[in-house]
Amino acid sequence: MKSKGGTCLPFFSALHPMDFPTFLIQLLNSVQYGLLLFMLAAGLTLIFGIMGVVNLAHGSFYMLGAYLAYSLSAQLGSLTLALLVGALLSVGFGLALEWLLFRHFYKRDHLDQVLLTFGLIYIFEELRSMIWGDDVHGVAIPALLGESIPLTANLSYPVYRLFMSAVCVALALGLYLLISKTRLGMKIRAGAFNRDMAEALGINIKLIHAIVFAIGVGLAAVAGMIAAPVSSVYPNMGSQVLIMCFVVVVIGGIGSVRGALISALLVGLVDTFGKVLLPSVSGMLVYMLMAAVLLWKPEGLFKQ
Amino acid sequence: MSTPTANLEVFPRSVRLVLWLGLAALAAFPFAGSDFYVQMVTRMMILAIFAMSLDLLQGVSGLVSLGHAAYFGLAGYALAFLMPQNEAASLWLTLPLSVLASGLAALVIGFFVVRTHGIYFIMVTMAFAQMVFFLFFDNKALGGSDGLYINFKPTVNLGGWTLMDLDNKKTLYFFTLAAMLLVYGFLRRLLWSPFGRALAGIRVNEHRMRALGFGTFGYKLTAFSLAGALAGLAGYLWGVQTGYINPELMGFHMSAHAIMMVILGGMGNFAGAIVGAFGFEVVLHLFKDLPQVGSVQLGKHWQLWMGSFIVLVVIFAPRGLLGLADRLGRHKGAADE
Amino acid sequence: MSEVLLTATGLTKRFGGLAAVNNVSLTLWRDRIHAVIGPNGAGKSTLANLLSGDLPPTDGQVMLCGADITGWTPERISRQGLGRSYQKTNIFQAFTVWDNVRLAAQSRQPQQPWNPLSWLLTASKSIATNDRATRAIELSGLKDRRVAMAGAISHGEQRQLEIAMTLATEPQVLLLDEPLAGMGVAEAQRMVELLLKLKADHAILLVEHDMDAVFALADHLTVMVNGQVIASGTPEAIRGNADVQAAYLGEEHA
Repeated sequence: MKSKGGTCLPFFSALHPMDFPTFLIQLLNSVQYGLLLFMLAAGLTLIFGIMGVVNLAHGSFYMLGAYLAYSLSAQLGSLTLALLVGALLSVGFGLALEWLLFRHFYKRDHLDQVLLTFGLIYIFEELRSMIWGDDVHGVAIPALLGESIPLTANLSYPVYRLFMSAVCVALALGLYLLISKTRLGMKIRAGAFNRDMAEALGINIKLIHAIVFAIGVGLAAVAGMIAAPVSSVYPNMGSQVLIMCFVVVVIGGIGSVRGALISALLVGLVDTFGKVLLPSVSGMLVYMLMAAVLLWKPEGLFKQ
Repeated sequence: MSTPTANLEVFPRSVRLVLWLGLAALAAFPFAGSDFYVQMVTRMMILAIFAMSLDLLQGVSGLVSLGHAAYFGLAGYALAFLMPQNEAASLWLTLPLSVLASGLAALVIGFFVVRTHGIYFIMVTMAFAQMVFFLFFDNKALGGSDGLYINFKPTVNLGGWTLMDLDNKKTLYFFTLAAMLLVYGFLRRLLWSPFGRALAGIRVNEHRMRALGFGTFGYKLTAFSLAGALAGLAGYLWGVQTGYINPELMGFHMSAHAIMMVILGGMGNFAGAIVGAFGFEVVLHLFKDLPQVGSVQLGKHWQLWMGSFIVLVVIFAPRGLLGLADRLGRHKGAADE
Repeated sequence: MSEVLLTATGLTKRFGGLAAVNNVSLTLWRDRIHAVIGPNGAGKSTLANLLSGDLPPTDGQVMLCGADITGWTPERISRQGLGRSYQKTNIFQAFTVWDNVRLAAQSRQPQQPWNPLSWLLTASKSIATNDRATRAIELSGLKDRRVAMAGAISHGEQRQLEIAMTLATEPQVLLLDEPLAGMGVAEAQRMVELLLKLKADHAILLVEHDMDAVFALADHLTVMVNGQVIASGTPEAIRGNADVQAAYLGEEHA
């Protein structure tokens, strides 16, 4: 139903007049936010699904990425370079953290893991404060990606946000290919399915766990890095995204990467459109979604 | 992913001695300490009630809730709404209503949350608490991010006589002490009741409990609601003492603090929750008040010390301080033989 | 004519395309021991799970003590009169032997967790529960081990405890999943004597691998292979059945 001045979608006009370009912008924002959440949720759900560890400090890795983007892009002069170096550094950090602490907690109570990772949040926050200070920082968008694609005479969509989505899609694809098409992925799946059997077959489970953990950390950090120019870099930025991440994992089903993707996009849609259409309850909408899903399926949409 | 162990439910002599000494100290304290410290200890006792309510869930029933503070804060908000702008409302009205509000909220949320297990339960309790947090944070009508003030202390009158003046810090101290002891006594009784024994069974092996004919959902939901109501009692007292309620009191950090207090002291026997609440606050103040060494203001970096302390506790003393005391007591007993 | 306590008709459980239990029917009478045998993977444990409510059936019906319990939860089925013991010892390792059985017996009290009375009474003082628990402990021969920690007793004693807990719920139907698993000769003999003693008042469904015990105890045998019943009848009839010999007994007694 197209007319010269733009389309009015009947459903939305009852709540809030929204023409098609605005709708498109919100849709693109939903997808971009959802994909970003997926990067975090995928790591969290993998780490929990395969090693059984609940990690409250996962948001700290996101924050680490953002701060790395800030420092490295200033030092190296280019965001793209900062992304590559930052990704490598985060993966290295993940390997070290796993080796030092996390691997000793795979067999322990969830409660102990909650406590450990909560202590880590404190430590990471303070280290961040000591290294980078408490000010809010911005990260410059590289000139190449600084343009906007015009949609109408007045509205345009930033190329950088499309770039963010593209990076997430590329990494998601890479993750999919890794897990389903490579030998490493096969070993990961075997280890998740039956740890003892996998070990008996000669798979180095310890190495697999380390790699999975590092991938999780890397994904979260890269998410933080690419989000930094848009969201700014500030203390405590990890906690807000952590909780959303948990909601995504619960809705999607713990251990299911596919569930995390669908759930993340769903959450992105509900949250973004909720803020526009129902601002007074927007903060609660996602949780209501989670409650509804849990009533229907207590173990998430895609139980492993 | 966990091997449920026996909690320290029956106290050895060493622990009982420590607890009695602690009680004597608490009873005598207001006569020796200044108003500032009386207020501080009152606060610790309020947190002890909060910790005990979580111990019912976590220590006894094995349900790790990352959203328990929601019920703590809700009662405070209930008090804020019930307290008129111009005059004080009665304790007889505000206390039961506030506690009931928290208990009912726990019942409603529990209905959704208790059907989940393990890690789902942990995440879902956190998510629902966040929902409650945002409900208050985003809405100016509910106080928004600034929170609400409670202009008066509730009155405690009976037939025209003023029984207690809660404005008096010592009176409030003893009132809180009495509340803490009542809650402790009630929970200890509950621990050895049919309900309490069933909860312990659910913690150790829920599957078998169901096979034996126990409707575990009903038990867990009741525990969740009861724990929420008791957290509400603590939140009410907090509102009375501080006169100010804000959404942070319902937040993730507050819930996590409660978990740490319970673990620090030792889970499943309620005395540990009290010890942990006091211990946690003491340690926190210790770190925050660290002196300057050279050019480094150690106290400023308290989060680093606190975080490391927590990590060390998890690694070396997972059954908390009372667990340590029990272990040491047993070693000494063995050496004496 | 003895009483029918449990009837399963056409019980089926499918996992995706695989039918772990396929169209299984059986009847349990009081004062009869009905044994289910078959090679590993035959679906015996799945059948037990279907009857006890641990798994919901894809198809079929189960009647217990006059009620249609198809799709009921384990706790409801237990209260209706079915007591199940597990192949993999499923006790409260952190409690004493007495506490294990006492808690099992407590299940027969009216379940009212919301009732404040149940928060204030002392559990260990309930006479009815204590009597039930004492009877179960004496029947299963654990009288001298009451204060031992369940996690610290021997494997055979844990299997006894497993039975004691089931008995403490005073069921009409006993569903015993490999009660003799891992037992030595003397212990197994004791268990066989116990089962013969229990027979009079209960209907017993026995899932077992121990052929000597099965032929000593069973009044009726059902043989399962690959989820299906390939033969059902008296022990003599089963022993003579060519299909059974080929599929199962032949391997055992070759």
